[in-house]
Formats: sequence, structure tokens, C-alpha cells
Amino acid sequence: MNNLLQMPLTEAVKAVKSKKVSAVELTRASLGRIAECKELNNFITVCAESALAAAAEADKKIALGGDPGPLAGVPVAVKDNISTKGIRTTCASKFLQNYVPPFDASVVTALRNAGASIVGKTNMDEFAMGSGSENSYFGAVKNFRERSRVAGGSSGGSANAVAACEVFAALGSDTGGSIRQPAAYCGVAGLKPTYSLVSRYGLIAFASSLDQIGPLGRTVRDCALMLDVLAFADPRDSTSVPRPQKTYSDFVPRVKGKRIGIAKEFFPDTLNADVRKRLNAAVAALEGAGAVVKETSIKSFNAALATYYVLSSAEAASNLARFDGIKYGYSDRSGDGLTDIYFKSRTGGFGDEVKRRIMTGNYVLSSGYYDAYYLKASKVRTLIKREYEDALRDCDALICPTAPSSAFKAGKKTSDHTQVYLEDVYTVPVNIAGLPALSVPCGTDGGGMPIGMQLIGKAFDEKNLFELAGAFEEITGGNADV
Amino acid sequence: MYEMTLGLEIHCELKTESKIFCGCRNEFGGEPNTHCCPVCSGFPGVMPVLNEKAVEYTVRTGLALNCEISRYSKWDRKNYFYPDLPKAWQTSQYDLPLCKGGFVEYELDGKIKTVRINRIHLEEDAGKLLHEGGVSRIDYNRSGVPLMEIVTEPDLHSEAEAVAFLDGLKSVLKYIGVSDVKMQEGSLRCDVNLSVAKPGQKLGTRTETKNLNSFSAVKRSILFEYDRQCGVLNAGGTITQETRRWDDNKSVGYSMRGKEDAHDYRYFPEPDLMPVVLSGEKIEEIRKAIPRLKKERIAIYTEKLGLPLYDARILTADKDIADLFEGTAAVFKNPKKASNYIMSEIMRKGKREGSEDVEIGVSPAALAEILTLIDSGVISLAASKDVLDAVWNGAESPLAAVERLGLRQNSDSGELESAVKEVIAANASAAEQYKAGNQKVAAFLVGQVMKATKGKSNPKLVGELIEKLLKTN
Repeated sequence: MNNLLQMPLTEAVKAVKSKKVSAVELTRASLGRIAECKELNNFITVCAESALAAAAEADKKIALGGDPGPLAGVPVAVKDNISTKGIRTTCASKFLQNYVPPFDASVVTALRNAGASIVGKTNMDEFAMGSGSENSYFGAVKNFRERSRVAGGSSGGSANAVAACEVFAALGSDTGGSIRQPAAYCGVAGLKPTYSLVSRYGLIAFASSLDQIGPLGRTVRDCALMLDVLAFADPRDSTSVPRPQKTYSDFVPRVKGKRIGIAKEFFPDTLNADVRKRLNAAVAALEGAGAVVKETSIKSFNAALATYYVLSSAEAASNLARFDGIKYGYSDRSGDGLTDIYFKSRTGGFGDEVKRRIMTGNYVLSSGYYDAYYLKASKVRTLIKREYEDALRDCDALICPTAPSSAFKAGKKTSDHTQVYLEDVYTVPVNIAGLPALSVPCGTDGGGMPIGMQLIGKAFDEKNLFELAGAFEEITGGNADV
Repeated sequence: MYEMTLGLEIHCELKTESKIFCGCRNEFGGEPNTHCCPVCSGFPGVMPVLNEKAVEYTVRTGLALNCEISRYSKWDRKNYFYPDLPKAWQTSQYDLPLCKGGFVEYELDGKIKTVRINRIHLEEDAGKLLHEGGVSRIDYNRSGVPLMEIVTEPDLHSEAEAVAFLDGLKSVLKYIGVSDVKMQEGSLRCDVNLSVAKPGQKLGTRTETKNLNSFSAVKRSILFEYDRQCGVLNAGGTITQETRRWDDNKSVGYSMRGKEDAHDYRYFPEPDLMPVVLSGEKIEEIRKAIPRLKKERIAIYTEKLGLPLYDARILTADKDIADLFEGTAAVFKNPKKASNYIMSEIMRKGKREGSEDVEIGVSPAALAEILTLIDSGVISLAASKDVLDAVWNGAESPLAAVERLGLRQNSDSGELESAVKEVIAANASAAEQYKAGNQKVAAFLVGQVMKATKGKSNPKLVGELIEKLLKTN
């Protein structure tokens, strides 16, 4: 591997801007590394030509003394459920394997305007439904550190590509933990921004009230630099709002005096011993550096998973109904008439997990069951939101594991679906509450696999999370090194 | 004898500039799929952005129909599969519509009647399927056009009431400027819920006949369904709750789906749109912008402009006609003459075969000019029809048309006198009768002169000349 690829994104941008290295050179190195790591299956589509063109454009601007933008032609990757004009966007589904969007997602436009070189579209769980990036029509993602293990999901390709230094940063999407859990499994940093901080226009929706696009990077500051590009009020997304901070990447690491909340429900007796040990050590290190640790409680903790699977499946059933075999994507017209087109196209075009969620979602919305499921879950959602907000009133961040364990063995959990759902226990409440959360590496387990620590903040308080996580990174020296 | 009870659901396309959730043009017609974008054709990843004008128009309607306006309303997804619905859900309003309650007054046989309004909500229209030669195609031009649904209470009891109510409602919608209300273009469509019961008994089971797009179809489908339900009951049967369609060509209704096949729309709140929150000030602002309605205009026409009630009613039946009248009368200061001309010439000319609407192809300024030309004797009333034809939907001014067509009437008494003399000579017996005191032949003689001069003579002057010449002879 070309050593240049190991720089953090922030350093790579500086190196390009100061002409120590050209953006084209970095992009070539990135494309070379992607080819080398083909076996990991991180990419569904590699777009060498357009990436090199964007890099060359940045180099040209620099040569002419102009501004190449905050990402200066540095190679990044985009999850394959985020629309890219002229580049197929599959959601890792057979249904969309040949779908080429006629427009860019707003975040992709932002990346292009920032001068980024988008080298490819990353593999994922089909329609972002899964925790291992194994539910992909294009095959499973293999963890870069240990190929027999999963990379996490659903943004497994993005997290793994960042960990393997194929790119300097990547975009993921997070509906119930899909950025943070793969970040934890791959040993990188991943941010799920506050709901409505980043535009969702062009993100192929899974559950619209929970989905957020966010960055994955090898350092906390890399994530902050990406957020500088990603956060803006988008006139195409009515739920998006102006960001409260002018810049995120200029944060100063700070831990002294910060109040950290630990809910007792986060650490049940059954918790994996390595995870407990690493988290305890991390909290102790922060306390040692001047943080104030407070015990708190989130009583609704165990209600979050059920609430999440009711709400997210309901929205997914509706969002995925447009894939009907009529307008675009997979279409099976071997049958007789309209109903057959619907039936055969959806039967043949979707994978099992997607079908399970669609069926669950339609069930909880159907007449006679709506009150017992969807309506009840909506009410519990309000309670969960309130409880997290209350807990955060007295502290700057809640800290818990990102996932109950390190990366699990490939193929192990594909047969037990509810076991896979438990992977999301720490991450889903954050989406339900609409809050920001950052996962950072906090050491490894006995088998050398990374463990992630999740910092949950107040709404729009991303900068505070960066300060705290940045300080933690300094204390530990980071362990995201390859 | 059974009494019928009717409740209507009226779908009305709003005439906003752009569609409800994207910037595409809201315009009838156009080549298929030329007024659409990724948003209104439901591409993956798109999101809606609300057109506030559509909300304003719906609130304006609610205010005109005496409704309570919701300070807080929201959007819901109505989920069902159909190829004309690109997202497979229609963005609509389920439990919190923009307007609630209200009533409409309408007139039937000289009596004022009232229909209560249950609710008015806003939603998006679907695309259109085109079936041709065994192939079905989809046109998304209409997809995302703002569609307002007005739901009445079951307050109507005859087909005549239904049509009179619709006519009254249509007039209001047109007056307040929210819709073209062109039934033949589908901008106003109606579903009819109908049940029958013996007087004094509780309402029977209802059926719903969907998508009626002319007054005639509304009327005929009601009569058909009433007869059908009475027939079933008289034969000892029971009415099944069902959704029905009306075949306008064959004039028959038929069952589309029964209650057991009714869609389960799985409504839930639309997460991609914020709720609509309206302040009291905003509602007042919308109220102030409502144009004058029919009732007010009739009062002005009769009280201030001195028109007979009969005229005022005819002129205000259609907003375009009323606007033309007001614009004309503002320049041409003889309202009665303007009214007469509009009621005769304009309404004759603007009437379209098979349509309830009157098309107007002349501006108030041009019409005032024509009336002034007639009034000052430059052209005859007969010639004005040719002028109207010439300027209709065109750019030529009436005066230019008069000159181009040589319609300026002859008011030169010397020239006219010789023409009158010729007519008198050719019609000696009529002239004799006139001299003998038979005044009736005067009109005949005037007509002969007009004929001889190809309508270009001033008939008043001709009459005077005939009198002068025959008396002095």
C-alpha cells in the first residue's frame, strides 16, 4: 500500500493544497488500493474516470492559485444508497442493480462542490437493512482485519474501505446504527448527525423519520471536516435546518469539566466482558483527564428495539412500495397482467430481509393492528425521546458501547434474525430520539477486534461530541492505525 | 316510494403556477411526460417541498365556504399500488384536514337551500393512464397537481339538488380564483354517495359512484343508481356497500369493488413534510384577499349600476362574464347597453357545444370600444357582429377591423338620399301605402335601403329620410 493513503483526511487535504502531493496521485493510489482489496468486496461500483477528472480539476485550481475546496480532490467513497447522477446506485439490491439516477443527492453535490474525488459506491446491506453487510445482492463485505468476520452494517463497505485506507473518508447512512456499528466493528470513527442537520434529498429512503447521512473517517477531526461539507439547510429537504456552527473541524479537544452520563441500563450483567472492560477503562481515562462522571438511568432502554422495528418497518414498507416493476429497476413481465408484474417483480427483486421488513411494516399499519403497533410505537417514541433529553439535561454526553460485542463471524447470524436485531440495542434509541452520536474506537477485544464507544449528545451539539471524542483520541493515541 | 339521500365528494384541481410538491408547471395538456421531474414521477430518494400557494387556495376555499380553518394540520400517506401513482402512495390529509365544517348556499327553483360541508383537505393528483392498441402508457404531467377534496354532509335529496349545488359551488370556486373548474378537462370531478330509504326511516346502505366529470353524468348516474337501488329493494333484496363506476357512453353504472375488496390504505403521517401551522394573522390575510363573490356583485349591479335583477343574475352566473361586464362598464358608461350586448352577442358567441362554460375572446377594453362605435353611429349593430368576429381571440383593435372590413356606416345624407329615392321608386305601392297613413311599411322600406347599401347605412337616418321624402312628395 502507498503510505500516502494512511494520512488522515485533514492531512491529505493539506498535502494536496501545499502541492506536496497531487490529488490525481492520491486518487490513483486510492484506486490501486481498491483493486488490491477487491476481495473485501467494499465497492459495488468504482468510478475511476470521474474521480480522476475531479482530482485533476482540483490540481488545476491549485496550480492556478485558486481554491480547490475543503476536500481538495482527495478521494472519498459514497454508500450505494445515496444517488449519484450518471453512476448506478443499487442499494445493494437486485431490484436496482442497473438503476442510474438522473440527479445527484444534495450531499453528493456538496461533496463535488467541496472538490472531492468520489472514487466509488460502497457495498451495504440491501436497502440498509442489516447489521453485517451480508444482505447484499453483490455479496457480503469481509472485515479488513479478519476476513472471517463481518464489517458491520449496513454501511459496512464505507467503514471497511476507510479502515483499509482505500479512501480517506466515506459517507454512510444511519437509520438504527448503520454508521456507528460498522465504524465500531472496523475500528474507525463514525458520526450519526442530529436528525435534520444533513439533507436526505437523494438518499434512497429506508425509514424517513430515522434516516440520516453521516461521515466515517479514521479520526474524529476527519469526521468533523466532512460534517463541515455535509451540514446545510437544503431547500429540497423540508426537514433540514441551518447548522448552528460555522465550522466543526476547528474544534479544540477538551475533556476537563465535561459531564458524562452513564445509564445503568447500558451495562447489564450479561454484557460481553471485553466490551465492559474496554468501556470502563475508557470512562476511567476520561475521568482521569477531568471529566465528571454521573450515573443516570434510561428506563425505556429495553423498549427501544421493539419501537424501532415497528416504526422503521412501517416507513420502509411505504418507501419501498415504489419499486413495483413498472417505472425503473427490476421488472418481471413473464406473468399475466398488472398484479403479476407487481407480484413477480417484488418477489424476484427483493432479498429475504427486505421482504421481512416490508411484511412487518404492512402488518403494523394495517387496519385492526394500527393502534396496537404503529400508534403505540409512536407514543413510546415520544417517551424515549423525552427520557434521553432529560438525561442529557444534566450532562454533555451519554457514553455506552456502540454494539454489545465486536464484529461477529460471517454467516453466523444470518439464520437468526432477531439475534441480529439485538446488535442495534445501543444505537437505535439515538435515531428514535433524533440525537447525534459518535462512535470512536476504544481498544480491542481478546481476539484483536476493535470495540467501539458511543458518545450521545444533545440535539445539534455535534461540536461538543467532537471536543470530547477528540480529547479521548489524544489520550489513547487513537487505535485506528492500520 | 323511496327518498334518496346524497353526499358528494368533489375533487378540484387548484390552478397554482407549479405543482404541489415540486417546481414543475401545473398546466393542462402538453405532450406526455413533459411537465414532470424526479419528484413528481417518484424517483428513489426524492423529497417533497410544499407549495404554500396550494395551502392558501384551500384555506381561501374554506373561508368562502364558511369552514373552520385548522391552525395545525398535517400530511399523511395513503398507500396503494397503481401505475398512475408513482410513489405508490398519495400524499393526502387523513385526520387533520385544513378545513372543517362549513356550508354552501345554492338556489333551486327560486329557493335558497343549504348543504353542510364536512371537511376540505388538500392532496396530490395522480398521473394518467393512456390505453392504446393493447398497450398502456403513463403520463405523469398531472401527477402532483394540487387537488382539493371537498366532502359534503348527506344533505341532498335529488339529482336536481345535486346539480344545482354543484353549479353553485363551481361558481364560488371560480369567483375566488382557486380553480378553472373545467369539468371536461377534469379539473373538477365528483364522487356521489347515494342511499335510499322510506321517508322517516333511517338511512339505507350507501354506494359510491366515482369520478363523474359532467353535470349530465352526475344527474344521469344518480337517477340510474336510485332506480337500481329501489329495484333491488322492491324485489326484496338488500343493498351492498360498494364502489361503482359510471359508463357515460352507455349510461349505465356497474360495480367496481365490494366492501370486502376495499383498499386498506395503511395511512400514517408523512415524515418528509412538516405539519402546516397557520397563524391567525395569516388566515386573516387570506380572508382579505378573497375577491367579491356573486351575491355582492349582484347587489352592486342592481343598486349602483341600476341593472334589473334579471340582468345581474345572468351576468354573475359566470365569473368571466361578470369580470367582462365590470371591465366594460368601467369604460363604457352605459351599463344597461353593455349588459344587453353581453347577454345577447357575447354569450351567443362564447357558448361551446357540450360545455357549461362560456369562452370569452374579447377584452373589456375592446368590448367598450365596440359599444362606443355602435353608440356614436360609426357602425350598425349588425356590423358590430362582424367586428366582434374579427377581434375575437385576436390582436386587432375594433376600429382597425371596422376600417379593414369597410364597415363604417353611411351617414352622408346626400348619398343616402339618392339610395332612398331609388328604393322608393322600386317600391311604388309600398310608398303609396305609407303616404296613405300605413306606418308599418316604413320598416319594410328601411330594410330595403339597408339591403341595397349592404348594411352600411345608419338606419335611424334612413327612417328620417323616408319620412321627409314621402311627406314632401
